[in-house]
Amino acid sequence: MEYFVQQLINGITLGSIYGLIAIGYTMVYGIIGMINFAHGDIFMVGAFLALIAFLVLVALGVSAIPLALFLMLLVSMALTALYGWTVERIAYRPLRHSFRLAPLISAIGMSIVLQNYVQVAQGARVKPLPPLVHGGYTLFEGNDFAVRLSNIQIIVVITTLVLMAGFSLLVARTRLGRNMRACEQDLKMAALVGIDVDRTISLTFVIGAALAAVAGLMFLLYYGVIDFFIGFLAGVKAFTAAVLGGIGSLPGAMIGGILIGLIETMWSAYFSIEYKDVAAFAILIIVLIFLPTGILGRPEVEKV
Amino acid sequence: MSERAPVRSDGVPAMLRHDVFDAVKDAALAALIALGLFVLLIGIRTEQGPTGALVITTRFGALAAVIAAVFAASLIRSLVWQRAAPAIGRWLPISARTAAAKAISPYLAAAFLVLALLVPVLFYTNRYLLDLAILIVTYTMLGFGLNIVVGLAGLLDLGYVAFYAVGAYSYALIAQNFGLSFWACLPLAGIFAAFAGILLGFPVLRLRGDYLAIVTLGFGEIIRLVLLNWQSLTGGPNGVSGIPRPSFFGLPFNSTGSGFAATFGLHYSPTHRVVFLYYVILALALVTNWVTLRLRRLPIGRAWEALREDEVACRALGVNTTNTKLTAFAMGAMFGGFAGAFFATRQGFISPESFTFGESALVLAIVVLGGMGSQLGVAVAAAVMLGGFELFREFDQYRMLVFGAAMVAIVIYRPRGLVATRRPSVSLRERSDTAAPIVGGTRTETPA
Repeated sequence: MEYFVQQLINGITLGSIYGLIAIGYTMVYGIIGMINFAHGDIFMVGAFLALIAFLVLVALGVSAIPLALFLMLLVSMALTALYGWTVERIAYRPLRHSFRLAPLISAIGMSIVLQNYVQVAQGARVKPLPPLVHGGYTLFEGNDFAVRLSNIQIIVVITTLVLMAGFSLLVARTRLGRNMRACEQDLKMAALVGIDVDRTISLTFVIGAALAAVAGLMFLLYYGVIDFFIGFLAGVKAFTAAVLGGIGSLPGAMIGGILIGLIETMWSAYFSIEYKDVAAFAILIIVLIFLPTGILGRPEVEKV
Repeated sequence: MSERAPVRSDGVPAMLRHDVFDAVKDAALAALIALGLFVLLIGIRTEQGPTGALVITTRFGALAAVIAAVFAASLIRSLVWQRAAPAIGRWLPISARTAAAKAISPYLAAAFLVLALLVPVLFYTNRYLLDLAILIVTYTMLGFGLNIVVGLAGLLDLGYVAFYAVGAYSYALIAQNFGLSFWACLPLAGIFAAFAGILLGFPVLRLRGDYLAIVTLGFGEIIRLVLLNWQSLTGGPNGVSGIPRPSFFGLPFNSTGSGFAATFGLHYSPTHRVVFLYYVILALALVTNWVTLRLRRLPIGRAWEALREDEVACRALGVNTTNTKLTAFAMGAMFGGFAGAFFATRQGFISPESFTFGESALVLAIVVLGGMGSQLGVAVAAAVMLGGFELFREFDQYRMLVFGAAMVAIVIYRPRGLVATRRPSVSLRERSDTAAPIVGGTRTETPA
């Protein structure tokens, strides 16, 4: 029982990170109907930017951890957002009217570019970071097993909840959110009623990338080690989360993320750790076959 | 970044100055963005210090160089390229280019074939080039196989390497455990891979477009992870080694009395085997090409192309989309399996390392750059890509970077591929002009 609760806590933490990445997929898919294959690598870039920002801050003499964390978050979000904007501008916008598979192929190319760019710039070896956030609480103790909730887990989950709430407000209440929802329904019609479609799409990528940067920072803090290849698996799992929750739906992305996090953690805890990624991929396939619209998604109408 | 600066063909000096000013402004903006992008990732390098903790070193020289390059590229793009492109277009219109490409493509194909046949004769002494040629033809064959799925049937498959892996492991394991020869295993490898294709095909029948791509990607990764973790069968990360080499009608390529060299009264040379392998893969690739070309004329091939154009219309016309998709997957997978068996016998050693997503991306890039559906295009693209890889071997760490960038650039600037245009094998006469742009073209590149 204690073991199970512990896995539940770990799974929700991991799931929050996936959920944050999944939002980027789900928003982009909702608006322009493409899988932003490079989004996982944007997340990886965000983690690297946070790491380097931290090292620079330490070199500059910023030693208070909360301040350093806050500055890391700001720098990483801002610069990763710039990456998101640039990728959209260079690789996707020229293809808006191209053939169906063109944006996906371009996104695969962009994913390769980002991975190898970081590898060339920062080396292929893993980058360790000593734990910045210590401590935690022992919730309750069983016979031989203590359920622990660490501070970093609390930070990850709370940050995710706050961002989700803020972002839902943005989509529901602001002008930008309204434009985004309009673009999601019909790009051409949105353009006809005077919405700057290009700008809305750009901002979607910017917001998605900023959230991925937060996820990158959380990943860095939680695992304490990153390399240039973390984006691929995290990206596929986050996409699975987006599909599981119902692509295009924001709460769906979060629910999907947490489910994927839980499934992965439970699978590793009770079955085999070697096959945990197989489990994630298998779930993706099963969901797409039996529940193609996901948990909260709308059925897709086939237009001829 | 320079789309606001309109292209002016008249050379009024005042206008020109305005243009230059705009271009410089745009370039400065681009440089500023580049500064934001690169300041941390290029300007600062992290390395593990002697204590294991990360230490940083600054690289502002490299940062300045990259930003200067972005500035210069942006300037050149808006000042030179945007003027030159319309001029080139006027001088050699796209219609003329298409016509020229169409006129020379049969000769090009013949020339390519003759060159391919003569490679071992021309470069007999150059082992390095022979190996490269084998590699190119192997990827050409993989490209032909994937072309059936992606180019003809229009199903984007990101996990093609799975079939390659199934073929390679089938051959390696059957040969090791049952002692069958390469020639007996080759069809078996193809059959196993085709089954894998059907296995993948069944669940994804209902999926379309992007979802299909992601599921095939997942399938490819599942196969790789299983190969990596099923240690008792596949040897896990250590792979399978000591895979038997192929023989020439039972004559092994070694220096013994019963070997190939001794039987034909030749001096033994290890090159014999390389040349033999080259002709084996060339024959396999040509068979794949021939089969594909024939299939395109059969009802099933027509159905594939119809499926690519419009699935709903296809169903309305009574085409069995289930069977059509499954055969496309199975055929593509089978040729991938053949290529995999060849890969195993050539290397003598295989491990899951050789079957990563990167391989799938490479083969897909070959098909896409070749023009999706064009056989000649695939061959040219394979030669260009792998040849380019070899040229950049000294800049080892940069070549994947260049590869990814080239993929993006070609999809943007040459969406129909480097060489060819993709057209349906049949279409109504009066629609033949409009069919091509609907198929895969952009609005800007409509053949006249």
